[in-house]
Amino acid sequence: MVPLSWYILFGVILFVIGAAGVLLRRNILVVLMSLELLLNSVNINFIAFGRYFGDFRGQIFAIFVIAITAAEVAVALGILVALVRNKSTLKVDEVTMMKG
Amino acid sequence: MDQGFFLLFATVAVITALTVVVARNPVHSALALMACFLQISAVFVLLEAPFLAVIQIFVYVGAIMVLFLFVIMMIDVREAVLQRFVPGGNLPALVLLFLLGVEMLVLVLWSDRFSVMEPAATAGGDQVRQLSTTLFADYLLPFEVASVILLAALVGAIVLARKEQG
Repeated sequence: MVPLSWYILFGVILFVIGAAGVLLRRNILVVLMSLELLLNSVNINFIAFGRYFGDFRGQIFAIFVIAITAAEVAVALGILVALVRNKSTLKVDEVTMMKG
Repeated sequence: MDQGFFLLFATVAVITALTVVVARNPVHSALALMACFLQISAVFVLLEAPFLAVIQIFVYVGAIMVLFLFVIMMIDVREAVLQRFVPGGNLPALVLLFLLGVEMLVLVLWSDRFSVMEPAATAGGDQVRQLSTTLFADYLLPFEVASVILLAALVGAIVLARKEQG
């Protein structure tokens, strides 16, 4: 069988890659996709722990994470479309409309 | 056998995840992310969570990524956005990422709690049935709250993306 630590390390690697995307990329779309990657790596951890310790709650939590992610993406892409309509840029640094 | 499959899926997932971050064109990022999600759902099958694997494919590959591709189609990604990820362009973030990765690796490898080899014995019977019983008996309220959140997000997305009249 696969040891639990392999799954955890897999999650860690995906999390670091996703965090790199969020922190280093300047394109809003890629930042959003990297957020998806972060949430997925957490899901892997949830399900791996649930499997190895015989607990269904890992899977339940993963289902909720997926549902909330769907909501988050819908709202984020709505905001993105409104943003691009008002100010034609996709760079994170150039979006400073909320600055006081 | 299992280990071979896991290594295969994990390697492909990591490579496609790197492609997501490094790719110059957002369309390529979206397609690579789709491939990554497929690998992750295969890993879910290895973890004996078939329901989650199917949900992953339906929701992520079927809904979220198609939404991304639609948005990429709607907006113009040609100019100014096609800029590459520059390592070293943002030193504090790189240092932070490095520290984060090293910290998590050290914690995982150092602790002996994660060296469990054998998964807990499954209770037997229908996994999906047990899962749904738990979901709809013990977690009914969070389930309903999640559905309300989804409804609110639906309405919010429509309101945000609508053209302002006048």
